[in-house]
Amino acid sequence: MLNRQGRQTDTGEAAAAAPGTFTGNRALRIEEALIFEIGRPEVTGVDLEEGDGVVPRLGGLERAARIGLPGLSEPETLRHYVRLSRMNYGIDTGVFPLGSCTMKHNPRLNEKMARLPGFGDVHPLQPASTVPGALELMAELGRWLCVLTGMPAVALSPKAGAHGELCGMMAIKAALAARGEKRSLVLVPESAHGTNPATAALLGYRVETVPARSDGTVDPAEVEKHLSPDVAAVMLTNPNTCGLFERDVVAIADAVHRAGAYFYADGANFNAIVGKALPGELGVDAMHINLHKTFSTPHGGGGPGAGPVTLSAALAPFAPVPYVTLEGGTPRLVEHAGEGEAGRAPFGRLSAFHGQMGMFVRAMSYMLAHGSDGMRQASEDAVLAANYLRAGLKDLMSLPFGDRPCMHEVLFDDHWLDGTGLTTLDFAKAMIDEGYHPMTVYFPLVVHGAMLIEPTESESKASLDLFVAALRDLAMAAHRGDKARFTGAPHYAPRRRLDETRAARTPVLRWTPPQPQAAE
Amino acid sequence: MRYLPLTPEDRSLMLGRIGVGRIDDLFADVPAAKLLPRAPDLPPAASELAVERTLGRMAGRNVAAGAVPFFVGCGAYKHHVPASVDHLIQRSEFLTSYTPYQPEIAQGTLHYLFEFQTQVAMLTGMEVANASMYDGSTATAEAVLMAHRVTRRRKAVLAGNLHPHYRATVETVSAMSDHAVAALPPQPDGREDLLAAIDGETSCVVVQTPDLYGHLHDLAPIAEKAHAAGALLVAVVTEIVSLGLVTPPGDMGADIVVAEGQSLGNALSFGGPYVGLFATRARYVRQMPGRLVGETLDAEGRRGFVLTLSTREQHIRREKATSNICTNSGLCTLAFTIHLTLLGEAGLRRLARVNHANAVRLADMLSAVPGVKVLNDTFFNEFAVRLPGNAAGIVERLAARGVLAGVPVSRLEPARPELADLAIVAATEVNTDADRAAYVAALQEVL
Repeated sequence: MLNRQGRQTDTGEAAAAAPGTFTGNRALRIEEALIFEIGRPEVTGVDLEEGDGVVPRLGGLERAARIGLPGLSEPETLRHYVRLSRMNYGIDTGVFPLGSCTMKHNPRLNEKMARLPGFGDVHPLQPASTVPGALELMAELGRWLCVLTGMPAVALSPKAGAHGELCGMMAIKAALAARGEKRSLVLVPESAHGTNPATAALLGYRVETVPARSDGTVDPAEVEKHLSPDVAAVMLTNPNTCGLFERDVVAIADAVHRAGAYFYADGANFNAIVGKALPGELGVDAMHINLHKTFSTPHGGGGPGAGPVTLSAALAPFAPVPYVTLEGGTPRLVEHAGEGEAGRAPFGRLSAFHGQMGMFVRAMSYMLAHGSDGMRQASEDAVLAANYLRAGLKDLMSLPFGDRPCMHEVLFDDHWLDGTGLTTLDFAKAMIDEGYHPMTVYFPLVVHGAMLIEPTESESKASLDLFVAALRDLAMAAHRGDKARFTGAPHYAPRRRLDETRAARTPVLRWTPPQPQAAE
Repeated sequence: MRYLPLTPEDRSLMLGRIGVGRIDDLFADVPAAKLLPRAPDLPPAASELAVERTLGRMAGRNVAAGAVPFFVGCGAYKHHVPASVDHLIQRSEFLTSYTPYQPEIAQGTLHYLFEFQTQVAMLTGMEVANASMYDGSTATAEAVLMAHRVTRRRKAVLAGNLHPHYRATVETVSAMSDHAVAALPPQPDGREDLLAAIDGETSCVVVQTPDLYGHLHDLAPIAEKAHAAGALLVAVVTEIVSLGLVTPPGDMGADIVVAEGQSLGNALSFGGPYVGLFATRARYVRQMPGRLVGETLDAEGRRGFVLTLSTREQHIRREKATSNICTNSGLCTLAFTIHLTLLGEAGLRRLARVNHANAVRLADMLSAVPGVKVLNDTFFNEFAVRLPGNAAGIVERLAARGVLAGVPVSRLEPARPELADLAIVAATEVNTDADRAAYVAALQEVL
């Protein structure tokens, strides 16, 4: 209850310097301990009726020793995680221009749909006769992905982008084996995501790096130089990680196919071209699609992702189990090689069940909501927004490949910081104080001190204008030598800069009980 | 379109500021012949109400686990998840954040991942755990690859009662990487002699406990034999709740423990997303795949958390990385750790006891049905039954009577007709006396 009688209503001494606090808290910013420091093993936040005991059938393998797990009551649990959540920056907090990650709006309708009992509460191994709607959803999602990529087939089961890469490259390896060939090389441009070479290496391929030409794109002549009968595939991201569309992609694809190799496309940047161009028409044989990027399923602090792979006719027969096929228009789940249609030769299985169904529902919800026209508009808006930032910042920051249109993300290097004594990291940390999540920094590796900014289609013009104004102000501060805004940044985040060297040198990867003090 | 803030006027102002006349000027690098003149042939935008109708109709065609007596397991389990778990994971600061690349504004994620790593280490009886993998099966494949790195050998021995989908996942990666796999045949009675299969070439032995058919295994003799041969023991747990009642693999000599964590906090969701757990000994930490969170200090000396030991990872090491994994299962990890924090040790132990007791009750009731035989001497919350007839047909007829009775083994092992009369039946805390009675009544009707 608020009594207004006798209560001071002016601002008092509020303008005076802020003193410290007993708790270390700062009003709404509250420090939180670890559950191991506040929980107790005998406390539980879950009640459960326990019936009469039974004679155990554990064969003498009962767990006797204390596990050490702390428990919290329900109110304590809520408070713990709510406080933690407030130390995080999310898309709903503000601009999250993390290049190559497509941090677009996550519609809450998607969440509601994924939680419908008919999707969220069905088991992957209950009889197929009890899940026709789940199979229908998978078939429909697959159809939309095929239409949007212009490719004839899709493997839905990969669980993330890197898992999709693995799937696509396995299909390529299987297709080569079916031709009686064993090739040993994979070509990867130097601007590629680290997952590309890591995936190729996992499958036993040697990786050869193709350098970019001076405009940041891949030169088909350079690819030709590296091509040989020993090359299994070229892995190309398009639009590439410099935010540029590989304008010679068709010539590259032709050269790759002439050499008997396959064209793997990393679809991480698909958001730039949905409804504008079809990867299948560009000569792509396999492309993974990050549903958590292009199709708005939540990033969730680092996952779960979902990485369906669309496949060309040449690779389609090798798609892994399980998959959904249409028989007379009715979806059927194929879980084992040999249960599918003639001509299929699945290369194997990528995980226990059918894929990230929860993400499929969310992505389908996004696609239905946007429709074909809305997705095309979203891509146009994403590209428009990135170019708008380019136009607003190019006189103060440096574009490594000249002033030319970019796709859905704009790449700056750190050349413009020369002589300021400041780094890309300093600039990024100062953005945190301004209330922004920094852009992707130091990636791609092909430019020095990279700053890769991807605003997505979810920002309003007013939001983009304020973002440009804030970055311009910071850039000018850097040029005039106002180092204090940078070198100590962030000043206003829940933590100041964290000592990563210390963390790596003496790894503390779990909580351990404090050692009792020796008696004096 | 409700998700797109730009108006037509905004767009033309922005094009003007950029200095181009039309949007396609920005797509000039796309070969003109490949630039689509209009949106592909798919339905147009739809209202929230319309989308709900479409998806609601599809969802309505499925039988939800919570709507029927439900006994399906084999790697995914129907458990009750407290309401506060789903509420908390929808806090948008958790839901809409990303991999914590900027730790100063991602302490929430890093803090709970540090707690998660500790909980997983405690639960499995191991020294360190990572910040999660995609699921139990992919974690198993990664464990085999890690064992190859540690031992510099290239052959994995898989127990016959490893979940067949896990086996196939390992076999697929191994075949593609030219590594050898010796997969033993299934032993539904749980009596398998693994020791003879371990030789000087073996990099690891992969054993699931409780196994596919529900049998519990004392891993100590297997660990002893494996270690004597210079191999590692990889233990697989597909029902993590079991570790509230059963001796953890870490206490029986396992070198790597991988598990499916879906049972805590996560919905069945037709197979995913789930959360893979990965734990090992401290001496192998630099060979681990996946993200790791470590404790450190900030510039003011306050405790904080960061991603660490990233020199193992693909974004630094590229083709020399320990794994190509990038994403983890962030939000599923959060659901897991919140549920386990709510349970605590006391709650987890009780949950495990109730699961076991319900399975014992069900096993006794099914055993009493003429022609039905339970194969297990030991189990946690799942066991195998031999039915008088084709199990897939019986399970289907039970489904028609509104009981989802289990998994016919033929669904997982179609190439082994000798297993066609077996089904695997799971019981959890959600099953009531009425559910069990309905199961038995329906079974008697269809037999």
